[in-house]
Amino acid sequence: MNEHQQGSTASELETLRLENAKLRDQLARMQDNKKDYPLSLEEYQRYGRQMIVEETGGVAGQVKIKNTKVLVVGAGGLGCPALPYLAGAGVGQIGIVDNDVVETSNLHRQVLHDSSRVGMLKCESARQSITKLNPHVNVVTYPVRLNSTNAFEIFEGYDYVLDCTDSPLTRYLVSDVAVNLGITVVSASGLGTEGQLTILNFNNMGPCYRCFYPTPPPPNAVTSCQEGGVIGPCIGLVGTMMAVETLKLILGVYTKENFKPFLMLYSGFPQQSLRNFKMRGRQDSCLCCGKNRTITKETIEKGEINYEIFCGSRNYNVCQPDERLSVEAFQDLYKDNDRKTSHILMDVRPSHHYEISHFPEAINLPVKKLRDMNGDIKKLQEVLPTVGKDSNIVVLCRHGNDSQIATRLLKDEFELSNVRDVRGGYFKYIDDIDQNIPKY
Amino acid sequence: MVNVKVEFLGGLDAIFEKQRVHKVTVDKEDPVTVGDLIEHIVSTMIKNPNDVTIFIEDDSIRPGILTLINDTDWELEGEKDCVLEDGDIVSFTSTLHGG
Repeated sequence: MNEHQQGSTASELETLRLENAKLRDQLARMQDNKKDYPLSLEEYQRYGRQMIVEETGGVAGQVKIKNTKVLVVGAGGLGCPALPYLAGAGVGQIGIVDNDVVETSNLHRQVLHDSSRVGMLKCESARQSITKLNPHVNVVTYPVRLNSTNAFEIFEGYDYVLDCTDSPLTRYLVSDVAVNLGITVVSASGLGTEGQLTILNFNNMGPCYRCFYPTPPPPNAVTSCQEGGVIGPCIGLVGTMMAVETLKLILGVYTKENFKPFLMLYSGFPQQSLRNFKMRGRQDSCLCCGKNRTITKETIEKGEINYEIFCGSRNYNVCQPDERLSVEAFQDLYKDNDRKTSHILMDVRPSHHYEISHFPEAINLPVKKLRDMNGDIKKLQEVLPTVGKDSNIVVLCRHGNDSQIATRLLKDEFELSNVRDVRGGYFKYIDDIDQNIPKY
Repeated sequence: MVNVKVEFLGGLDAIFEKQRVHKVTVDKEDPVTVGDLIEHIVSTMIKNPNDVTIFIEDDSIRPGILTLINDTDWELEGEKDCVLEDGDIVSFTSTLHGG
């Protein structure tokens, strides 16, 4: 080793020694940071724009958000916008309950999922998206359908529950379980161009779902998004509003003193509007949160509160097996060109459904119009001049439900003898016989 | 006699010729109550008798429809007995369940 090399080694050693000291110092300061700062440096950056909004209470507010566990029931039209905003805001734990899988027909509104995830569980798809957005969030998935036996176990330990479900049955269940566990619920719903939002069981003093709706609506008055349709951004806005309400709850914006029961109604059309209705408070007569409570953890879990019977269901099965055609028999008898039997094909879907896609020979007569003819064959003949008491009529709808109702009307009220409907409807025909027809 | 604005929201406009907002005069000796208004709606505004059950069940507003008087739950205002004044807004909205 020559002199020059010796000198260079010494200087390298010195550099390394300095670097080592610098790193030790940095490490010590980082450990100090851990003691002094409640959030990591990355979290300060991530939540900075939120923390500098005075209403959040800055770092203290952010820590509250981080220490909160929120359960979202339903990762559909409402859950999809609510979930990323809650995750983005830094909610410490987010639970997602949903046992559905992503379908192509969901994607116009359920934008947390994507085309590559069709067939994947929605809770899993949502978990992947929000973990990518914010890895600090602990996401817990529950790929089950919420029911009276699993709800308590799932809800326990969560600070807030978001009801993003889609039926009266689950809405009563979510509210009942939350009341019994003392959890505040942010509840919303949407259909078509409108949405509604409310806070239930606020601080164990606000009204619950049963206070507002002691009696469920008749099943035939309940319309789903699948049936009635829904505009993506309309329900999306309501889901976003749910995230706002959740943050306000976490940050303590609502207090026992200032909370007033409310229900917000968003309308997207014709002019966008948001109404805030002042609602009734907790009802003494409420079976769940009132003076004489019969809806308890025990009665729910034992199945004594029968949600299916309480909410009821529509009975579509009003036709006998011999009054119905399978899609194969329908194809064989009426669609196959060689053996086309003379008949009238009556498509009883609403006109705007019919206009999207229909058989060329089908005549559109919505079931509602048919009902309004009150069994008067002359009125029927105004629309269908060739129809007579013995006409061979085949009735078709989307899924084979309304077609049964129409068949009953035609046979019982119009007294036509030769009427049958197609089991499973137009969509089953498309699935099983001809996939080249547009299905919506 | 009283002149009020009546709104049918949450899809209820379907049975009122798809019109959400209606100016309504209830031509009856004062005091005119919300109950009188409901009778007026059923007897003169619902054109199709088959649609009455969408609005009324067992002589009252069908479960699942919220009734609001000047943006306030009618439960807080005396329900059917609430006396209407000129310019009041009475809203009926069906509850949505989709999610």
